[in-house]
Amino acid sequence: MKYVDEFRDPVAGRKLGERIKAQVGRILAARGGDDPLKVMEVCGGHTHAIFKFGLEGVLPEGLELVHGPGCPVCVLPVGRVDDALAIAETPGVILTTFGDTLRVPGSARSLLQAKAAGADVRTVYSPADALDLARREPTRQVVFFALGFETTVPSTALTILQANAEGIENFSIFSNHITIPETMRALLESADLDLAGFVGPGHVSMVIGLDAYDFIADEFGKPIVVSGFEPLDILQSLTMVLAQIEAGEAKVENQYSRIVRREGNQVAQEAIQRVFELRPHFEWRGLGSIPRSGLRLTEAFARFDAEARFEVPALSVADPKACQCGEVLKGVIRPWECKVFGTACTPETPIGACMVSSEGACSAYYNYGRLSTLPVV
Amino acid sequence: MCLGIPGQIVEIVDAEKKLGQVDVSGVKRQVNLACVVDEEHPIESVVGEWVLVHVGFAMSRIDPEEARRTLELLRELGEAQAELDAMRDAEVQGPGGRA
Repeated sequence: MKYVDEFRDPVAGRKLGERIKAQVGRILAARGGDDPLKVMEVCGGHTHAIFKFGLEGVLPEGLELVHGPGCPVCVLPVGRVDDALAIAETPGVILTTFGDTLRVPGSARSLLQAKAAGADVRTVYSPADALDLARREPTRQVVFFALGFETTVPSTALTILQANAEGIENFSIFSNHITIPETMRALLESADLDLAGFVGPGHVSMVIGLDAYDFIADEFGKPIVVSGFEPLDILQSLTMVLAQIEAGEAKVENQYSRIVRREGNQVAQEAIQRVFELRPHFEWRGLGSIPRSGLRLTEAFARFDAEARFEVPALSVADPKACQCGEVLKGVIRPWECKVFGTACTPETPIGACMVSSEGACSAYYNYGRLSTLPVV
Repeated sequence: MCLGIPGQIVEIVDAEKKLGQVDVSGVKRQVNLACVVDEEHPIESVVGEWVLVHVGFAMSRIDPEEARRTLELLRELGEAQAELDAMRDAEVQGPGGRA
């Protein structure tokens, strides 16, 4: 496929791996001590690619990739799933959602189990398909379970603008959209992490641009390189992060220049501004409440808000005790170090959301992980 | 869902609603083009362009020149590394010694 295959050349990948090894060797030698360098890839798309292509296999021991919280399904808290279930079980409602969210466990069950019990839950590829369903089913209430970072926010915003322009009354959204920059601030302020730098999210940046990350370099002194999603993109981004560390620099760089422009996408930003506003707080699975990290509809579009249109419990529900998603999301433990990884918690019967989404670190380890990384029992 | 997929715009379906057909690896689908058209790139000019598609919305034009530059840089990095390897692995050292 054009713009994909050429960024997957294994020979070039191995050469980049050797370059990374040399960089890490020099940085660690200059620092002294055996502590590995920790670099976080924030985005779940990167996590998925790292496992799918076995990139950790070409990286040296002195470099540890910490898999960040950029998987929207993984950070969806139990209480929000319960709210979605309440909406789905309201008579007359069709709940539409991306396939990923179906198996996320609520406190009693998942949307998939609700669907089996008779709720009208349908997967869609696009919010535009959900709106189309509302046009075709005028006597039903069609709700779109909207989630994702800034990458998918514009598609929801444009769909709302379209529904508004057409005066479609039987369409609404249950917004679980979240933002990356505030989440990274919360991570940087959390004491239990010692990160040397970041591989920044490519497609979020395509929307919001590069300036949104200035605080990471300026206030926290950490390098960040916005990266594409092919193996060579990620390896090149790592060499760029390491080059900054070696030079004692901290700046925002863009490896993904074929997609990401400094100013981001103006049309998308304007649509977001018109339709959404920041919530004062939003709860994340495993990370707790993060100020100004969630999006809700503005007053002008409030009539499309499913949370106002339908009865929802709106409760905060604790994560299951056995699940260590939160520690995995913050990079405090590796997925296989969780007590229930691969035993009680598998992609078929997940306990935590990190095992559900293909972008989740636990699911990626389970599906692509090499046996050598697992402890011998 | 953050992973987009590259496709080529093959036809404009509805200029007012900014809808077009995009060919993704031989599969054609209606895609919203609002985010890739602006004053400099009017909708009638985008047929043939490559875009990145996310959940039914074209979110960015793929810049062929930047793609070429990144690949060029990757090639140079690879060649530089090959050069360094050759220096390191050489059994006979020249006057300059080891790098």
